[in-house]
Amino acid sequence: MSLEYTNDTGFHEDLIKEVLEQYPEKAAKKRARHLNVIKPDEKAGGSSCGVKSNIKSVPGVMTIRGCAYAGSKGVVWGPVKDMLHISHGPVGCGQYSWSQRRNYFNGTVGIDSFVTMQVTSDFQERDIVFGGDKNLDKMIDELNTLFPLSRGVSVQSECPIGLIGDDIEAVSKKKAKDIGKPVVPVRCEGFRGVSQSLGHHIANDAIRDWVFEKTTPEWETGPYDVNLIADYNIGGDAWPSRKLLEEMGLRVIGSWSGDATLAEMERAPKAKLNLIHCYRSMNYICRHMEEKYSIPWVEYNFFGPTQIAASLRKIAAQFDDTIKANAEKVIAKYQPLVDAVLTKYQPRLKGKKVMLYVGGLRPRHVANAYEDLGMEIVGSGYEFAHNDDYQRTTHYLKDGTLIYDDVTGYELEKFIEKIRPDLVGSGIKEKYATQKMGVPFRQMHSWDYSGPYHGYDGFAIFARDMDMAINAPVWGKIKAPWKAA
Amino acid sequence: MPRQIAFYGKGGIGKSTTSQNTLAALVEMDQQILIVGCDPKADSTRLILNTKMQDTVLHLAAKAGSVEDLELEDVLKIGYKGIKCTEAGGPEPGVGCAGRGVITAINFLEENGAYDDVDYVSYDVLGDVVCGGFAMPIRENKAQEIYIVMSGEMMALYAANNIAKGILKYAGSGGVRLGGLICNERQTDRELDLAESLAKKLNTQMIHFVPRNNIVQHAELRRQTVIQYAPDSQQAEEYRQLAKKIHANGGKGTIPTPISMEELEDMLLEFGIMKSDEQALAELEAKEKSLCAAG
Repeated sequence: MSLEYTNDTGFHEDLIKEVLEQYPEKAAKKRARHLNVIKPDEKAGGSSCGVKSNIKSVPGVMTIRGCAYAGSKGVVWGPVKDMLHISHGPVGCGQYSWSQRRNYFNGTVGIDSFVTMQVTSDFQERDIVFGGDKNLDKMIDELNTLFPLSRGVSVQSECPIGLIGDDIEAVSKKKAKDIGKPVVPVRCEGFRGVSQSLGHHIANDAIRDWVFEKTTPEWETGPYDVNLIADYNIGGDAWPSRKLLEEMGLRVIGSWSGDATLAEMERAPKAKLNLIHCYRSMNYICRHMEEKYSIPWVEYNFFGPTQIAASLRKIAAQFDDTIKANAEKVIAKYQPLVDAVLTKYQPRLKGKKVMLYVGGLRPRHVANAYEDLGMEIVGSGYEFAHNDDYQRTTHYLKDGTLIYDDVTGYELEKFIEKIRPDLVGSGIKEKYATQKMGVPFRQMHSWDYSGPYHGYDGFAIFARDMDMAINAPVWGKIKAPWKAA
Repeated sequence: MPRQIAFYGKGGIGKSTTSQNTLAALVEMDQQILIVGCDPKADSTRLILNTKMQDTVLHLAAKAGSVEDLELEDVLKIGYKGIKCTEAGGPEPGVGCAGRGVITAINFLEENGAYDDVDYVSYDVLGDVVCGGFAMPIRENKAQEIYIVMSGEMMALYAANNIAKGILKYAGSGGVRLGGLICNERQTDRELDLAESLAKKLNTQMIHFVPRNNIVQHAELRRQTVIQYAPDSQQAEEYRQLAKKIHANGGKGTIPTPISMEELEDMLLEFGIMKSDEQALAELEAKEKSLCAAG
């Protein structure tokens, strides 16, 4: 099902102009490159939005971005459940990012799983002056004694590690021998790069350099072995996804990195195909596996029935007729569920307008899921996307859609105020400001403590949650201050 | 508040030797002195203590857990004629952050009253101002005057100019001034002229020219200053003169005017330390000619 609509290009262009007028000249010039409207573009063979991205934020604005450490420890490595992830440096980075992402996992915390634990080397002045290597050395021994079932350790560098030039690689090599388990040093110091995006890349490189080919996993390969890459199992997202793939006859040999074990990463090069959900954070390792091990990769999208069906067919096309037939069976099997969800929620959500501002994937990936429910995307933007993400965006979003890259607090507030959408989907920092404006809101990083949203099962929850936000009776009780008089 | 001075200069130029001899002469003038060694090697107080300082601030702090666990008495040693000595210390070469160590140590000493009841605080800082930590004594409310130890050697002049740049950077925000150049004789060509010429260009003075004398080495081998080892020697008299000049130089420091690399090189050419391309070519030709003639 495809929803036909366009957004108001002229209105959005005027809005951008109005917002930029508030900036000093230099800042306005810089921000102007990040704000645009999707327009038809014959040269691109479709539409384009032409915003610049992955550039340092303008000083003085409120940006929503994170840092390289957030990208590595928080996103890529943190969910690997049977490893201990050391936040190496002063206590704050680890403490205040503790359990910020809802990466669900099976296992027993403190015994064989450690995702929700906070491990830090808690740097003191002494460690800065004399170096943290001795501290790290001792710590890895202690961790190995305390948690004998842990399968390895990763060292997530905070800023001071790079400043004082600690040789964490040397310590990691030595300790890997001492404890007989992989120790992975990650150079994800927060000051590197312009956002968390570089942290994803560095973390991917660490998997390449410190995990692959370090062990020889005994694994009998099968013809249908696939890796489920870059699903972080937020609120359990990876589980309904995995279910669909398995029902299709594929064997998921690795789930990266939501609910992942180190062994799953080690054996990944044995797969026949890599399926990548969050392109932004893990395309690097997929490209590497393609070059080194000739494993092709396919981007897929498990948000909403339209994209799920398209993705299942796209994945099946990589395999034989049995799998292709299975894919059709799976789609048919879940059709009644989809119909039931649409029958219930479409009438309540049809025509509602949505603005999104999320990380590096969802600003485009969830668009069709909303459209399946009859909702329209009027504006969207990424915190840390690159040009290739924006190229992919215009396939999903309609002409006239307002696009904002690395949006500032001021811009987003203004856009919401002027557009007054029926729903905003963004993060915790945007949530309460938006709700105070009388606009319904859902957190689209953490699923607002709900989820999963992936797969058919997830779609039912997604639809319920959006309805709950938009049609909550509370909005009828709010008298807008600008209407009072 | 005590008068705070600091000695900077290229590595190996003789900062520690010069500063300790000068301070030993200054103590003869009834001045209470505190030496703060800011070099991880911890050898800024060896001649005053007649032994190498064992307990540096940072090593004791590391042992105790943190710098807050230290007492001032633990790190303050009394040397020649009551000169108080302390060494920041620091990590072994190649690890950690020695610069941060200097900052930590200086803050500890200040907060714990090491600077009370002395007339002079003297910082002895390692060779180059490589990072913010080693600029600490130059920064706000620390040393009022910097003395640059230099010689007629090219790299020593480069270093002196660079240090002047560092002083200029902080001269606006704090009260730091350049006290003068101390030329430690290396017996290079026209050394005195060169030192005076550089001093003029940097808007400062060549405060004293310390002649080369082997007696300094003899004293140093015995872990003593010349003042202590041979108080009646001519060299001891030189250091006394330097001490008197520095004592009289209080508040007379200037804001330096560091020169560009080009200017510096022109100056070196002028003094014949560096050869111009034409000169070098001419010499090469002459050499070849003589070789041909000989052949």
